[in-house]
Amino acid sequence: MSTSHSAVQLPADWRDFFALTKPRVISLVVFTGLCGMLAAPGTIHPVIGFTAILCIALGAGGAAALNQWWEADIDAGMRRTASRPLPSGRMDRTSARDFGVGLSAASILLMGLAVNSLSAVILAISIVYYAVVYTIWLKPRTPQNIVIGGGAGAFPPLIGWVAVTGDVTLMPVLLFAIIFFWTPPHFWALALFVRSDYAKVGIPMMPVVAGEASTRKQIFAYCVILLPLAMTPWWIGGTGLIYAIAAFVLSLAFLALSVPVALRRTNGEEDPMKPEKRLFGYSVLYLFAIFAALVADRWISVQGAAS
Amino acid sequence: MNGQFEPDDEYKRRQRSRNIVVGLLLVGFAVLLFAITIVRLKDAL
Repeated sequence: MSTSHSAVQLPADWRDFFALTKPRVISLVVFTGLCGMLAAPGTIHPVIGFTAILCIALGAGGAAALNQWWEADIDAGMRRTASRPLPSGRMDRTSARDFGVGLSAASILLMGLAVNSLSAVILAISIVYYAVVYTIWLKPRTPQNIVIGGGAGAFPPLIGWVAVTGDVTLMPVLLFAIIFFWTPPHFWALALFVRSDYAKVGIPMMPVVAGEASTRKQIFAYCVILLPLAMTPWWIGGTGLIYAIAAFVLSLAFLALSVPVALRRTNGEEDPMKPEKRLFGYSVLYLFAIFAALVADRWISVQGAAS
Repeated sequence: MNGQFEPDDEYKRRQRSRNIVVGLLLVGFAVLLFAITIVRLKDAL
């Protein structure tokens, strides 16, 4: 008998399990969760704070694994995702499912035991929201999948905040809303330049179903809403002027970059989609910068009050 | 073909690296749980 095995017979490499958690997405999730925690009024012991962030990361990783388990066939049909561990055959589906369930359950349990029960409940809701409501239910059914599914990515700052305060107030809900309204222009900008991939596997992304022109208008509309929404934490007295200035400048730039995307018409297959790619790249920077400004604002106000 | 599975080098390498990673993670979790217990005990006292 030959001692050589096919890729599936071999045990999956630990790097494949790591890839299953979508580490790049986790970095954004951890960052916004950490910012929610640092911007919250009150203090948290560093060990408990670290545990809360770890639980957010593990929960996000578990949900991502469940997402890839469910979408393995879809991923195989798209160039961007075909090399992932499941569609490339480096891992079997059962391992991915068990890994996702195990990671999710461990994160919720640890959050409940070490931090507080409310943050554990919200973490559980966010995992179910992403893995079931978005991945299984909405994504294959409606072009509004990204809009409603964006809620899943909006939970981390809310969880980080609740880990410190133990209750839900207007400020963390506003942070949730900022990410919620940021998600459609972010993902639709991406969907515009990977449209053919989504169309090929039958995912009803907005550009595929409603067409490019409608998607471009909607991207602009969400950027218009995002500008006053990003200012609301300052209007309700939850932040200082540093955040207000940063939020205004960043949101205005986001809106300005969405204008060429909204106005333009593509010229067929060879179109390089430069404005769309620029908007997508900026959207990632926007989220990092606005949450960094939130923390800087809080930190400076605490320093000012202490001196 | 007797159904016996004879692991080759790649199989053994993957198993070994997975065992190391899982072992390190378990040690990390044990340390974290210990630290959480200490913090919570201090809070309770």
